[in-house]
Amino acid sequence: MTLVAAIVLSPLLAAFLLAFTPGLKRAAALNIAASSAHFLLALTLLWAPHQSTALFLLDGFNIYLIILTTFVALTTSVFSAGYIATEVKEGKLNPLNLRFYHAMYQAFLFTMLLALSTNNLGVMWVAVEGATLTTVLMVSLYRTPAAIEAAWKYFILCGVGIALALFGTILMYMAAQPIMGPGMAAMTWTDLLGHVPRINAGILNLAFVFLLVGYGTKVGLAPLHAWLPDAHAEGPTPISAVLSGLLLNVALYAVLRFKMLLAAHDEALAPGPLMIFMGLATLALAGIMLYRRRDVKRFFAYSSIEHMGLITFAFGMGGPLANFAGLLHMTMHSLTKSAIFYAVGHAVQARGSQQIADIRGLTVSHPALGWGLLLGVVAISGLPPFGVFMSEFLLVTSTFARTPWLAVPLTVGLLVAFSALIMRAQQMCFGAPSMPQGRPLSGALVPLYAHLALVLLAGLWLPEPLVAWFRSVAALLGG
Amino acid sequence: MTFATAVLLQLVQLLVMLAVAPLLIGWIRWVKSRLVGRRGASPLQPWRDILRLLRKEPVLAHQASPLFRASPYLIFTAIWFAAALVPAFSTDLALAPTADLIALIGFLASARFFLALAGMDVGTSFGGLGSSREMLIAALAEPAMLMVVFSVAILFRTTSLAEIAAQILSHPVGLRISLALALISLLMVAIAENARIPVDNPATHLELTMVHEAMVLEYSGRHLALIEAASHVKLTLYVGLIACVFFPWGMATPGQGFAAGLWGLLTFGFKLVAAGTLLALFETSIAKMRVFRYGEFLGGALLLSLLGAIFLYVSRGV
Amino acid sequence: MSDFAYDASHLLGAIVLLMSFALLYQNRLFSLLHVYSAQALTLAAAAAWKGYAHDETHLYVTAGLTLILKAIIIPIALHRIVVKLDIHRAVEPAMSIGATMIAGVSLVTLSILLVLPVTAEASALTREDMALSLSVVLLGLLMMISRRNAVSQVVGFMSIENGLILAAVGVAGMPLIVEMSVAFSVMVAFIIFGIFLFDIRERFDSLDIQKIEQYRGEQE
Repeated sequence: MTLVAAIVLSPLLAAFLLAFTPGLKRAAALNIAASSAHFLLALTLLWAPHQSTALFLLDGFNIYLIILTTFVALTTSVFSAGYIATEVKEGKLNPLNLRFYHAMYQAFLFTMLLALSTNNLGVMWVAVEGATLTTVLMVSLYRTPAAIEAAWKYFILCGVGIALALFGTILMYMAAQPIMGPGMAAMTWTDLLGHVPRINAGILNLAFVFLLVGYGTKVGLAPLHAWLPDAHAEGPTPISAVLSGLLLNVALYAVLRFKMLLAAHDEALAPGPLMIFMGLATLALAGIMLYRRRDVKRFFAYSSIEHMGLITFAFGMGGPLANFAGLLHMTMHSLTKSAIFYAVGHAVQARGSQQIADIRGLTVSHPALGWGLLLGVVAISGLPPFGVFMSEFLLVTSTFARTPWLAVPLTVGLLVAFSALIMRAQQMCFGAPSMPQGRPLSGALVPLYAHLALVLLAGLWLPEPLVAWFRSVAALLGG
Repeated sequence: MTFATAVLLQLVQLLVMLAVAPLLIGWIRWVKSRLVGRRGASPLQPWRDILRLLRKEPVLAHQASPLFRASPYLIFTAIWFAAALVPAFSTDLALAPTADLIALIGFLASARFFLALAGMDVGTSFGGLGSSREMLIAALAEPAMLMVVFSVAILFRTTSLAEIAAQILSHPVGLRISLALALISLLMVAIAENARIPVDNPATHLELTMVHEAMVLEYSGRHLALIEAASHVKLTLYVGLIACVFFPWGMATPGQGFAAGLWGLLTFGFKLVAAGTLLALFETSIAKMRVFRYGEFLGGALLLSLLGAIFLYVSRGV
Repeated sequence: MSDFAYDASHLLGAIVLLMSFALLYQNRLFSLLHVYSAQALTLAAAAAWKGYAHDETHLYVTAGLTLILKAIIIPIALHRIVVKLDIHRAVEPAMSIGATMIAGVSLVTLSILLVLPVTAEASALTREDMALSLSVVLLGLLMMISRRNAVSQVVGFMSIENGLILAAVGVAGMPLIVEMSVAFSVMVAFIIFGIFLFDIRERFDSLDIQKIEQYRGEQE
């Protein structure tokens, strides 16, 4: 357990160091170094025993997410170094704010890891709330009117959502307290899991509705998604990448922990149909909204909403196969979407505009970047041979096998989103460049291609230990 | 014997209500004058005014219909009879079985109905204006009042005033939030219904703001005396009503002797003095509100009474 | 528990809810802040009373935190911000007060209907506190929707937190660590709100959220 504590606390330490590190280059380097350290530390969890204490919990589910989180945080920190340097050079960002930016980046990572590794539902709530607090000022980093509007909306909506989640958590405690007695035990997830069959089902149901709505706001489930596109579009691109790649996953992780509690109770309402419905609604809404986007970051933010809907749907279906698909999709989406945001960040910097109309002909002006973006979009739209195809294929087939009528809206939603993505990708990547002499690229494309390679690899061949790992987690998640 | 006492007490109640009503108004005016640093007229002045008006011949407008002439009598009777229903100092009244909250509201509503009709009867603009405002207030105040009645009825399982008072005297109900809300709401309704500040200003004839005075502008002589007396009795009635439901202490119950009745009268007098003083204090410390805020004020009263009724269901054992 | 202790707890909880209605009713910024402060004060009293009646000493900490943070520091800070921002001090509601009130009463009814049936097994006080606090939370939401002014939205947000604290107080033996961290996050949130208020004032020359929404990056 000291290992978990070390992993959770190391970003906090890094945040303190970065808060006192002057000089942009040094801070960026320290940020990368710290993020690599977290990743390496997290990798050792693979051999750690699955156990729980009052504060921390380790099982297959969160170990895998911790590793994924630290990995995306590492690659994003590499991308961020180049991106931020360019922004400062162009005078878009005030260097004075950047010490704050780097410290908050690590603090955000701290809240993510805390939310993932804690065994206490109260602490989990605090961590997810902390994630909002640490990112909200980064969304308004550019301090343009649009950025402030986006950050305000993000703060208000997520603040309200998270308040509802706390109410749900308190209700959960209230349900458990008569059986488990007052004190910490009734807030500890593993203890709750053991006692859940004896807990009053009515309060449990009510609590879950609040938790789903509350944490669902952060997942970006319709109709509470309004903050997500704005926050993604107006903040710095590395923040968009971690919001999409990490925060949404962690919020969903919180929902799933509660779903597992409910699933262990015989009389409680089945959380599945609720999640299926919200997932499908989100998928449909985001798919349609994709067509009307002219801003590239907003466009991909809606794609994130669509995929979160898809993952929620998968976990709502439950069962070994759908859970497996959900887990795989969570991973693939994190990797692919952050890769796309890296590419988008470079493209926006190269063209000086976020409008899709200004990014035409990217493969002509910047071949490496243009093909990278194209590959990313192909991957996210669910075309083979990428990993997203695998997970979507698994999901659709398992849905067809179990409840065919649900597969119809699912497939339609996927197709709607697919054609929007391909249409826009074609516009952005091919044709005559809208700006012939684009500025040269800044920073390396390593993070982009590293993610794409992983996604491609997952599509071609999933290593046996990984499959076994996902299977055990899928079994853990239950029906 | 018991019936005879009940009838006797009822008669005493009728006379007491009529006798003290102008005194209460006089007392309020005297305290208000004192509070703003004037010497103030004697508390007996309203009585003198009424007696003076009674001796004068009424002057009627040419277009006045018989309704205009009949209204003062109808209004006075309705309110006086309503006042007889509210147990002021003893619950052992001959009319106690009919002393029902809903009947009470009915009497008050019919008095208001005639007043509003009379206001419009002559066809002057002020009368119509006053009547329409009065109806606006009534439309909001009456539901609030009924909600209060519902809360009380749910809590005590009766709408009989005498039984409510008796229940409170025998079984204290403790700190009930519903009752507190009902009290606040009833106070707000009482202020609006009796044309007191901040809803109406009884001391002015400012055409932009007045309500009650606008309706009775055309009355004079004994008609005016009756209407004035009725409005005084109405205020006393509300004080009696609030005292009966929320502060019944000191009230005589059936079977108690003569001394208890006297004690009841004494405490009632004390309650009136206290209520008059509080009202005067309140009125001097607050400004009249604009007409279009009435809706919010009485809406607030309605809201509070509604909340009170709702809270009954979150309180243990309804 | 004695009847009086019960009645007093219930009374304090209901006053907190009543203050939420008073918040909805206010249309001046300063009186809004005063009512908010009064709500926090009542909440602190409710927590302290519960701590005294149930002998749960950690509730005194909650009460103290609420008192210092929410009844004193935050209202005073907001007051100074409002003075410093020099904005129009009447709040224009997006919905009429009457309509807001009706919506508020319906929300209270809804939360009672929602909470009471499912909590039949819990103690009377706990379930009532739950119903009351859910009402406070929902009324705070209503306030954030029905007010266009950024400061009133902040007050609405903070009153939601008051409702949550009321819920936490209502349940016996809630670990203190949770309440402490809630208080901490409220503090941080408040600082961020303060920064935003100045930013918004500087960029938009107004605190009217409707004007701010015109600056959405992409128009529909």
